[in-house]
Amino acid sequence: MTLSVRIIPCLDVTDGRVVKGINFTNLVDAGDPVEMASLYGIEGADELTFLDISATVAGRETTLDVVRRTAEQVFIPLTVGGGIRTVEDVDRLLRAGADKISINTAAIARPELIAEIADRFGSQVLVISIDARRARTESGFEVTTHGGRQSTGLDALAWVEKACALGVGEILLNSMDADGTRAGYDIGMITAVRAVSKVPLIASGGAGSLEDFSAALDAGADALLAASVFHFGIHRIGDVKKHLSKNNYSVRTTQRA
Amino acid sequence: MIAILDYGSGNIRSAQRAFQTSGREVLITSDYDVALNAEGLVVPGVGAFAACMNGLKAVRGDQLVRERIALKRPTLGICVGMQILFDRGVEHGIHEGVGIWSNTVEKLAAPILPHMGWNTVKAHSSSKLFSGVEDESFYFVHSYAVKKSAGEVSTYSHHGEDFLAAVEDGVISATQFHPEKSGDAGLHLIQNWVKTL
Repeated sequence: MTLSVRIIPCLDVTDGRVVKGINFTNLVDAGDPVEMASLYGIEGADELTFLDISATVAGRETTLDVVRRTAEQVFIPLTVGGGIRTVEDVDRLLRAGADKISINTAAIARPELIAEIADRFGSQVLVISIDARRARTESGFEVTTHGGRQSTGLDALAWVEKACALGVGEILLNSMDADGTRAGYDIGMITAVRAVSKVPLIASGGAGSLEDFSAALDAGADALLAASVFHFGIHRIGDVKKHLSKNNYSVRTTQRA
Repeated sequence: MIAILDYGSGNIRSAQRAFQTSGREVLITSDYDVALNAEGLVVPGVGAFAACMNGLKAVRGDQLVRERIALKRPTLGICVGMQILFDRGVEHGIHEGVGIWSNTVEKLAAPILPHMGWNTVKAHSSSKLFSGVEDESFYFVHSYAVKKSAGEVSTYSHHGEDFLAAVEDGVISATQFHPEKSGDAGLHLIQNWVKTL
């Protein structure tokens, strides 16, 4: 009986559609989020993450509906992030059927939000999403916002420690240097964050080859998030799991996958 | 009809949908009599032990569970909905539970908490719940658990140490994991429970 490592496809959702792109400006329509969530579920995804990149209030309302319809059909855990500012935003998403929510910019602006959400709903619903890059801060890793375009001056390891103390249940660590490159996860960053945290750690950004996935686990990640390698069909989830299993990691196999 | 007890705890919409896949009518309710008279009652639960217990008491859920046992009507606790059926929990101070089973809900001794994700179980040979899904994985999210056996049939899992993944004790059963979030294996387990109604 061993806890399996988790493979988590991430879907960027705007105005009720999944979009995918090489970078933030080249977005193409990739399909219906509910349909894609269901397909990934059948392929063996262990969890799903929706990142709401809608720019408008109407877009966010549509995301609530997408969450609702997904939760009615896909019986694996669903995390939703993007644009969450208040305890009420969290409440709405959980009621719609999200199991966990991830917060990012709003927690940087007002760290008490972490404690407010954890106190009301429990730490287990709360993922802190951290967009970090290599920079000249104390640890060598800095927290950024706006998809890596804005510096915060905040040291990433100090932020991890503070977020954990305030009550997050899980860390989603996105490497802004590696994001979209498919050149591998930032192993040094995963190792550094693992060393200062005792909650589950999801590595994100840079997944390319099958070896990249196992390397991130070797560095201490508990779960692996990827977007483009799955959306563009470079790897199937089953192939990643086979590779990890060969490398002696415990993976969940399903009867259908 | 299956009732899901609504006492302000968590994502019960997907629980409703998951139990509906069994073909039964599933009602979300906080009405004492509706919950008492349902063929099967599901007691969900997320968040801290004390918060859940307070919510449960507010709808007289503690009395409801005891009365259903006396009337031999099946009840299934899920996650913290399992934990609160024990004597006490030690999350944020010592808090009294419903007390169906003795034992204390304690923090797991593991390097990484919460225990979050898919894990397998060592299903008891006379388990009805795990029939046909003995070797499958189920989705867990928790930091606290019971570490000793309870009731007639105890099924264990492991994270840092062995802990109770499920209890089957006459008309009352409970799972520490979320069957409604455990994919096909979870739906199969739900179907197994529904068959006992």
